[in-house]
Amino acid sequence: MRYGILLMGAPYSSQASHSALRFAEAVVARGHRLEGIFFYHDGVQNAARLAAPPQDEPHLVDAWAELAREYDVPLQVCIAAALRRGLLDEREAARHGKQGHSVEAPFELTGLGQLVDLGLRCDRLITFGP
Amino acid sequence: MSNDSTQRLRGDLLVILRHAPHGTSWLREGLDAALVAAAFGRRVTLLFMGEGVTALLPGQAAGPLGQKGTAPTLEMLEMYDIETLLVEAEALGRFGLDADSLMLPTTAVSQGDIAALAASHPLVLTF
Repeated sequence: MRYGILLMGAPYSSQASHSALRFAEAVVARGHRLEGIFFYHDGVQNAARLAAPPQDEPHLVDAWAELAREYDVPLQVCIAAALRRGLLDEREAARHGKQGHSVEAPFELTGLGQLVDLGLRCDRLITFGP
Repeated sequence: MSNDSTQRLRGDLLVILRHAPHGTSWLREGLDAALVAAAFGRRVTLLFMGEGVTALLPGQAAGPLGQKGTAPTLEMLEMYDIETLLVEAEALGRFGLDADSLMLPTTAVSQGDIAALAASHPLVLTF
């Protein structure tokens, strides 16, 4: 089956991100195709390049990136939700005159249209929220 | 609304709005998703459920906190061809509202019909 994930919970604030990651790992472990993960609402915080959780906790940002690289899963972050929460890639940082950037590949800033496409392309879109 | 008429309410996307206008950004971000889908030519059905029905009270302007009011967005729905606006009948009752007091024309659906409504849309997003 083709799965997609919509994640709307902030990492470390609610269980949503941990659950979404475990679900994503189970999907690929069972041999299903994970078409993409869309980060919206507070879920965009999962793309924070500078996240530095304690070493005895799962590093969610790194875990998403590893999943994306290993299984070729797009990590799409809603640009409007991200910008207002301080999550900017190099291009957006330059455009807004900000020093430094907080989002990097394999996360990509993209529009909400991608969420609708993902949802309609998959057999199942599973939402994780707080 | 009967089951038959609920099943006639088909579309590409059902957006369920379950949060009140102020306090969180859920309503605004849910409406954004609906508008973008409609702008890409998808047929969108909106369902205001639970606290979400209060979004339809007239006068949802910017509050003292400087949040954007949602009324202007709701007024744009028609321009985006989002014309199927549904409200949960039980929630209206719970908040002491009737459909005539809302800022836009809506159709009331009862809780029992919502499963059929979800089943008649290939994609459901809940905010």
